[in-house]
Amino acid sequence: MSMLGIVLGVAFFLAISSLMRGSEADFIQRMIDNAPHITVSDEYRAPPPQPARRAYPDAALTLRGLEPRTETRGIRGYKQKLAAIAELPDLRIAPVLTGQAIITSAGKERGVTMNGVVPRLMLGVSDIEDKMVAGSLAALGANPNGIIIGRKLAEKLFLDMGDNLTLSSPAGLVRTLKIVGLFDTGTTSIDEGQAYVLLKRAQVLLGRPDRANRLILQLDDPYQARVVAAVIEARVGYRAQSWQEASENILSVLFVRNIIMYTVVSAILVVASFGIFNVISTVVMEKRRDIAILKSMGFQARDVRRIFLAQGLVIGALGSLVGTLAGLGLMTVLASIEIRPPGMSQSVNLPIYWGLDQVLIAAGFALLSATAAAYLPARKAGGVHPVEILRGGMA
Amino acid sequence: MSEVLRAEGVTRVLPGATPVTLVRDVNLSIHRGEFVSIQGPSGSGKSSLLYLLGLLDAPSSGRIWLDGVDTSGLDDNGLAITRLAKLGFVFQFHFLLVEFSVLDNVVLPMARRARLAPAAQRERAEQLLVDLGLGDQLHKRPDQLSGGQRQRVAIARALANEPLVILADEPTGNLDSAASAKVREILSGIAHGGERAVVAVTHDPEFARAGDRVIRIVDGRVESDG
Repeated sequence: MSMLGIVLGVAFFLAISSLMRGSEADFIQRMIDNAPHITVSDEYRAPPPQPARRAYPDAALTLRGLEPRTETRGIRGYKQKLAAIAELPDLRIAPVLTGQAIITSAGKERGVTMNGVVPRLMLGVSDIEDKMVAGSLAALGANPNGIIIGRKLAEKLFLDMGDNLTLSSPAGLVRTLKIVGLFDTGTTSIDEGQAYVLLKRAQVLLGRPDRANRLILQLDDPYQARVVAAVIEARVGYRAQSWQEASENILSVLFVRNIIMYTVVSAILVVASFGIFNVISTVVMEKRRDIAILKSMGFQARDVRRIFLAQGLVIGALGSLVGTLAGLGLMTVLASIEIRPPGMSQSVNLPIYWGLDQVLIAAGFALLSATAAAYLPARKAGGVHPVEILRGGMA
Repeated sequence: MSEVLRAEGVTRVLPGATPVTLVRDVNLSIHRGEFVSIQGPSGSGKSSLLYLLGLLDAPSSGRIWLDGVDTSGLDDNGLAITRLAKLGFVFQFHFLLVEFSVLDNVVLPMARRARLAPAAQRERAEQLLVDLGLGDQLHKRPDQLSGGQRQRVAIARALANEPLVILADEPTGNLDSAASAKVREILSGIAHGGERAVVAVTHDPEFARAGDRVIRIVDGRVESDG
């Protein structure tokens, strides 16, 4: 029974750990795949001081008749900045001008986020090409009046490949564009809410000539994003946000979730170790006569202790082995389960982490708790005084 | 004959609200080749004295010398090592490990001492069991043997590490007369081989008569020795 506790503890530890870490890895991978590793946006982390502040740093000034200069929003000189960043190794970069627009067709209207892109560069920083179910980014590059939208949005507007639609911008400009591509990411908010046009077309429609409001980057090693972002920010001045910074809250939630998970599953093993404690305590009670015989023969207290510690270790090792096999079985079953998360249009398998490290953690903790549970009864066994037992005698 | 075991003013008092004195001021000396019986009424302290002589219990005062060494200076580990190398025990109840075979029970003390290679340990154990008439019982479990056979296995185990002294506590107390005679004969033979001494607590007058010397204990004291 005590071994069954360890078996179940290790098995559930592995099942829960693999599920939690699998979902975490899957979530992070989705973040890495679907979002830029670094986004340079048209804002400053610390805005530069105004000219008056620079001229009179310690004075209190009143300036009259001032009018703020009307400035086109976006990254100024984005082409130079893009070129400067592109000199850094192991990264790909593309400019994007994003703004709101309304698509009209067959009397229906839908608000979308319009992304002005350079298709050639976009191929290096986005997996949108992989999500295309019709057409391609190259087709957008070849057609200045082309647009790529999500398949779900097309269905809602009764549109298909090659159809025309009307796009209205906040600046009041209206253009007729031809659908040159349809994508399906499986995420409803993207499939119904995003559209891609050429950067130059977006600049015209949004009234922001020669501007991009984001430079998006993908790195060969996504986990270097924080370091590279700091380098870029120092080089271009605009705020460069890594995916880790953008997801700090979520990552900290995942961290807390992992702590809770490991605490709960470890508790199972701790409870199981109490079973081992009870079993070995009982064995020590039952074997007091044998312990007395061994000690009268000349076995030392530590020899006797080792016997019972070894028993705990064997229970822990066998429990870990069988529990690992059972856990791998559970993980296989979990990996075969298909679910459809809210907001997703496609079913996915439960993400399972298959790393060896969690097996080592589970087995190591089980061995440790089994040995610790055996220690107290083993110590008691080592302290048995043979004369007390031999005086009692028994057949 | 050289002295192997000596008690000097040995007293054992069980502490407590009312201290109980088990053994009082015992002085005795045991020599190689001696077959010594300890006799006395129930509760007189015979077994307590045997446990003290066997280093299983520590005297409250006095000293026990074994093979010329004062054992009062030894810690628990030192006493255990001394028991392993120089003493052998036979109890009224065989006290064999029932999960082990007869052969393994005899091998066990040798395995702990690790003076011989494992193959040599098994060879010696087999020889001891053959010498004691148990050659056909080697691989049986103790509970498959008769009382007399079990006690002979216990004697083989006591002899495994070639001890200087065999201490026996009522070795025939649970046996019929034929088995008792056999055990008595074996222990006597061991003592009279000249290499070791046998000290046995017994109620059995036949057993006591077979001894070279009878020490009589009354109320924890040596009443007579001779």
